[in-house]
Amino acid sequence: MFEIVLSVLILIGAFFTLVGSIGLYKLPGFYMRLHGPTKATTLGVGTILIASSIYFTVKTGSLSLHEFLIALFLFITAPVSAHLMSKVALHIGTKRVDRTQDYIDKKDDKDSLD
Amino acid sequence: MLETVLHIAFLIVSVAMFLSFYRLIIGPDAIDRVLALDTLYINSIAILILYGIYETSSLYFEVALLISIMGFVGTIALSKFLLRGDIIE
Repeated sequence: MFEIVLSVLILIGAFFTLVGSIGLYKLPGFYMRLHGPTKATTLGVGTILIASSIYFTVKTGSLSLHEFLIALFLFITAPVSAHLMSKVALHIGTKRVDRTQDYIDKKDDKDSLD
Repeated sequence: MLETVLHIAFLIVSVAMFLSFYRLIIGPDAIDRVLALDTLYINSIAILILYGIYETSSLYFEVALLISIMGFVGTIALSKFLLRGDIIE
């Protein structure tokens, strides 16, 4: 029973890690690519950390909570770094994919982002 | 059973690391490479935690914690450098 729960958690975590990296590999523009890793990868690592916490709690017999330190740190820092990276991309004028642009941006053909 | 699942998970996370490494090489812009590095360190945290379960050792946890802190600092430093041309003004 314990091994089944652990295996399911590990497989879910690995799957979401892969989904995040596939998003990074496949999506066409930078602003699209930003979505994949920052969401899916933190979810995947969070699930793997829960699995590790359960495993060491059962294995050593005492409660193992220090995995949640990494989870907490990742969940705090992932939005911060994603926000900073999108700010950099806006600042240096990274190209957007055509069909994701605003109607107003397309009409007067001016980069009104600042 | 757990060992087999861990082997499969190693394979999956390795493929994920390979994909983000590919983006790190081809990335058309500098900020794409920063994002790929960010993903790469998060993937390496995942693979280290999995290896810690595989070896039943909590030593790898410390390494993962260090990588998570240093990776965040590295991402912030690279982003600030691209934003301002300077890290600490």
